[in-house]
Amino acid sequence: MNSIIKVSNLTKKFNGFVAVDHISFQVEEGEIFAFLGPNGAGKTTTIKMLTTLLLPTSGSIMLNGFDPVREQAQARRSFGIVFQDPSLDDELTAKENLEFHGVLYKVPSVLLKKRIDEMLKFVELWDRRDHLVKTFSGGMKRRLEIARGLLHHPKIFFLDEPTLGLDPQTRNHLWSYLQNLNNQEKITIFFTTHYMEEAEKIAQRVAVIDYGKIIVQGTPASLKAKTKTKSLEEAFLVLTGHGIREEEVTSLDRLRLRRRMWRH
Amino acid sequence: MLDVIYILWLRQLKRYLRSRSRIVGSLGQPVLFLIALGFGFGPIYARAGGGSYIQFLTPGIIAMSVLFTSIFSGIEIIWDRQFGFLKETLVAPVSRLEIMIGRTLGGATVATIQGLIVFVISIVAGFRPDNIFNVFLGVIVMILTAILFTALGTAIASVLEDMQGFQLIMNFLIMPLFFLSGALFPLEGLPPVLAFITSIDPLSYGVDGMRGALTGASHFGTGTDIAILSLMTLVLLGIGSYLFSKIQI
Repeated sequence: MNSIIKVSNLTKKFNGFVAVDHISFQVEEGEIFAFLGPNGAGKTTTIKMLTTLLLPTSGSIMLNGFDPVREQAQARRSFGIVFQDPSLDDELTAKENLEFHGVLYKVPSVLLKKRIDEMLKFVELWDRRDHLVKTFSGGMKRRLEIARGLLHHPKIFFLDEPTLGLDPQTRNHLWSYLQNLNNQEKITIFFTTHYMEEAEKIAQRVAVIDYGKIIVQGTPASLKAKTKTKSLEEAFLVLTGHGIREEEVTSLDRLRLRRRMWRH
Repeated sequence: MLDVIYILWLRQLKRYLRSRSRIVGSLGQPVLFLIALGFGFGPIYARAGGGSYIQFLTPGIIAMSVLFTSIFSGIEIIWDRQFGFLKETLVAPVSRLEIMIGRTLGGATVATIQGLIVFVISIVAGFRPDNIFNVFLGVIVMILTAILFTALGTAIASVLEDMQGFQLIMNFLIMPLFFLSGALFPLEGLPPVLAFITSIDPLSYGVDGMRGALTGASHFGTGTDIAILSLMTLVLLGIGSYLFSKIQI
């Protein structure tokens, strides 16, 4: 198989604080990959480096064959993204938000109109297309962001906690869209989530990051086998500990981390 | 490239036209200044031999509304950052320069429209342009002033993290720019220190240029005003583009 995302020894330091510490992983083309970890583990920093929003301190990334640092424009055209926080223009309509995106991504105007209609129907927002986004519910906004992220036919789709704050109905609905898409168009999906049952159900492979390091990666089944647990959630808690995370990391935490890495 | 700039420009314009409260709200202040100062100081200004104060004041108030609107348009980037929309533009396969140009032209267009509305209101209040053919020259000065201060707003917004610092900008930058520009008083015969300060305030040239074009009376000369404004606009566009290109999310 062909690795569409290749990350090796990727590191990001902020004034001496190491947010992402020499991580390496690969995602195969057409795969659904979950990137898991407690708060402050380095998930969002990693996504930001993959998507050209942050420059890595060291290490290398290949995205669809392009280096996001040196071949920024090609790398950017290869992916779509749904950010952790909403990023729509509330004062524009659903359709206008998509038009804006289409022009920025240079979708030819003859195709753009058709594609916008197609995507609005796909996420079931067709009848609300001319409404201002500020009148939308959280779930509708998320759906629109998914439509927007897919508008330019990206090969890779990044989703940073896409289901945060949504009710179970909307969450189910959302994942069924994404699974459909993965089935039909072989689009690679890279997502983060705190809902372990989602990752267990949807992802073909997962990586767990903690204190900036990838502590384990593999299929959900292999993680459960490794930790002798019944669910991915239990496996996750065994791997990352039960303590509630504050943003500051103490040396004791690092010690615990090292111990856990040795054990597994 | 042009379609990217166009869509960014269009977005600014749509946002402006859709928020009626913003249009009305931002007209309140210039109208208040025009009426309170124009009619309040009018008699004493006339007695001092200055002629009609409304006639003198109007270009200053137009410049004020252009100043406020354009700096706010530039500073809107902070909102875009807080509401996340900035990320959408920053991960798109377009250069930062295109984004900067599109936004600046959009903000400047909004500010120019705002200036034109104040111009029309001032005519209702009794202002009369000296020569109707020179009005277009006034519009050029308005556009230059608008681009200049939108770029300044962009530069500020690129270094500010959130709206916390905004009060500081308002009190220590926008207000001094306005009050020390000769919008409210003639630049002739000022104490040397004040004369020097007014001469380094970019808005002075905007006010003076508009005054020259609309009333025929200019301190620096309309040609000089336009030349200096153009130069300062280029410098600020450069600084704004540089700082904007350095934004990290």
